[in-house]
Amino acid sequence: MIVRILGEGQLDVEDSELDALNTLDRAVESAIEAGNEEQFRSALDALLGAVRQKGRRVPDDALTDSDLILPPADASLEEVRALLGDEGLIPDPA
Amino acid sequence: MKRMSMIFKAKATKAIDRAEDPRETLDYSYQKQLELLQKVRRGVADVATSRKRVELQVAQLQQQGEKLHGQAQKALGAGREDLAREALTRRAGLDQQLSDLQTQHAALQGEEEKLTLASQRLQAKVESFRTRKETIKATYTAAEAQTRINEAFSGISEEMGDVGMAVQRAEDKTAQMQARAGAVDELIASGALEDASGMPNDDIARELNALSAGSDVESELASMKAQLGAGEAPKELEETGSGSTEQQTQAEPQREERP
Repeated sequence: MIVRILGEGQLDVEDSELDALNTLDRAVESAIEAGNEEQFRSALDALLGAVRQKGRRVPDDALTDSDLILPPADASLEEVRALLGDEGLIPDPA
Repeated sequence: MKRMSMIFKAKATKAIDRAEDPRETLDYSYQKQLELLQKVRRGVADVATSRKRVELQVAQLQQQGEKLHGQAQKALGAGREDLAREALTRRAGLDQQLSDLQTQHAALQGEEEKLTLASQRLQAKVESFRTRKETIKATYTAAEAQTRINEAFSGISEEMGDVGMAVQRAEDKTAQMQARAGAVDELIASGALEDASGMPNDDIARELNALSAGSDVESELASMKAQLGAGEAPKELEETGSGSTEQQTQAEPQREERP
């Protein structure tokens, strides 16, 4: 699964990590729903941190579409709210 | 699903639909990629310019801070605690501004690094795209063209969307900081920060300056007297805590050397 963190590039993350990432994603969602800036910041940091840690960098010269795209680390709550679909940043397993 | 990546995919499809000969879209897109690459590089240069400007301001304020510190010491040496207090108060004001500038500097440095990496990534992808574009054009058959061209577009359009946004974000942030840096530059240019004596209608600053200029001899005399006194009159030293510990630490190694 190719994940792009906007402003940072693409990472290859094992599909098996999806559940763990979804848990972190829900924390981002609920912080946005609550409009809690502090919670949002730490939840987004945790989500992006997990992707960075578990993902392997896709080579710069690879021309591959991402399966999902995450907001930049410095995105504001409002920006992410605007980008967010019904399923959070990471889609729930079908 | 993939709600966010839809934004970029939609744009890529549009670009493909526009041209009559699919091969033209490859050249068109490549042109756009090169333009974006130029734009990112300009972005890096702009952010670097802002960063250097802030660095210069930090250096100027630090220098001024040291000067005020020195003036405070001289004022204190001359028994003018009121002036020393004033100089230190001004220094505290500078420190505030300094820490603000240092925060800005860190932010600009972060943007610069991010954009530099983005530019490297984009350059590598553009190079890949160019190679693939030439291959497609050389072996072009109408039947397979659309699939292969779509493949070539995949990834690069997403990267372009990302890099475009990154440049925009960096520009917005830099513009905000430039406005603030401009205000600091004006302060420095007005002389208000350059020297305490440059502050408008300021007797205290003038006195401080006079002290700096005229009291070198006095302060040197005072410190010589203090040193002499330290040797002759241990009683005085006991009154000042820091002086006595200094004396002890100086004296002890001498004792150890002798046996």
